Amino acid sequence: MLTQDQILTALQDVKDPEIPVVSIVEMGLIADVLVEGEAVRVKITPTFAGCPAVEVMRVESERRLRALGVENVSVQITFDPPWNSNRISAEGRRKLKEFGLAPPRLHNGSVDLIQLELIECPYCGSADTTLESAFGPTLCRAIHYCHHCQQSFEQFKPL
Amino acid sequence: MNEAALKELLFRLADDEVVIGHRNAEWTGHGPILEEDIAFSSMAQDEIGHAQIYYSLLHELGEADPDQLAFNRASADFRCAQLVELPKGDWAFSVARQFLYDAVETVRLAALSHSSYQPLAQAARKFAGEEKYHFMHGKSWIANLGQATPESRAKLQAALDQAFPYAQGLFEMTDADAAIVAEGLQAPEVELKKESLALIMPIVTGAGLTLPDAAPIEGGRRGRHTEHLVALLNDMQLVFRTDPEATW
Repeated sequence: MLTQDQILTALQDVKDPEIPVVSIVEMGLIADVLVEGEAVRVKITPTFAGCPAVEVMRVESERRLRALGVENVSVQITFDPPWNSNRISAEGRRKLKEFGLAPPRLHNGSVDLIQLELIECPYCGSADTTLESAFGPTLCRAIHYCHHCQQSFEQFKPL
Repeated sequence: MNEAALKELLFRLADDEVVIGHRNAEWTGHGPILEEDIAFSSMAQDEIGHAQIYYSLLHELGEADPDQLAFNRASADFRCAQLVELPKGDWAFSVARQFLYDAVETVRLAALSHSSYQPLAQAARKFAGEEKYHFMHGKSWIANLGQATPESRAKLQAALDQAFPYAQGLFEMTDADAAIVAEGLQAPEVELKKESLALIMPIVTGAGLTLPDAAPIEGGRRGRHTEHLVALLNDMQLVFRTDPEATW
């Protein structure tokens, strides 16, 4: 019988194909892990409901768990609890920044425009930045401009 | 549980989202500025994603699978309000329609978060966080265009005059509404309408604009649509219908 730790370690290898440096565990996508005898049930709570990468990550998670020798595997999508950006771990935030994506600010449960202002530039660290658009190249990204190093950068949106 | 009433509510929600999502996708590659091209494309992707989930809830209740429901039904089977099927028009019309639609959706999703049907309540809580970005976008454009130049204000006012009677059609009721309310599936449409207007009015008047005193244009919730929905579905369903059994 597998332990929760073994399962989470295996899921560390599953990445969002659009952000291939951060695991779904670090992104806080794992809502539930249940081991019942020889069966493993995992629930994933997606960042954005319309995210086209969700099915890819679900199937990849099943594949990784089967590779551990578990045959009875089910990975399902849930909205309970709904994902929010505070679920991203400290390690996940660090990796996002290293990847060039400013991490979302921690919030108190309710997001508004203030959480999108003066975001620290992932390239030079300056907070002299302006929100250009709350919509970016994927559902989960906003676009900002850094006045200090004079380039655009993307941010993982707070949710 | 009154399953017929629940299904009718889910068809309204799903059909509104898939149709406005398709309309918004028409701005992909045609937005007036690059940021707005991306914004409308992103909103379209969110909306079509939400439609897929509402259709999945219907599938769990015994209806056909989500692809069949979106791409293999006739216009008379759609329960979307006529607001969402109108052509995208000029930029001002799309902004006005999206603003009114998102204001109503903000109120509706808050109400649905308390739905007695848990899968719907969970989906609504999830969507509410995403839709917040849509409404922020709409509000800022109403303020910007309303106060920029006489031309932008005139175009936006004309767009609001055209869209508002149709937006009121989002609250159209049918025989199912008594059961929808009695079962605790959703708060009454009249309450949602009152709350939506309270949200919309200060933003519109704050931008120096007005809403027309016009009667609601209804019919969509009963399957009565404009000719524009037929044309939209011909376009949206074309590829699927060439081979409905194909595996993608």
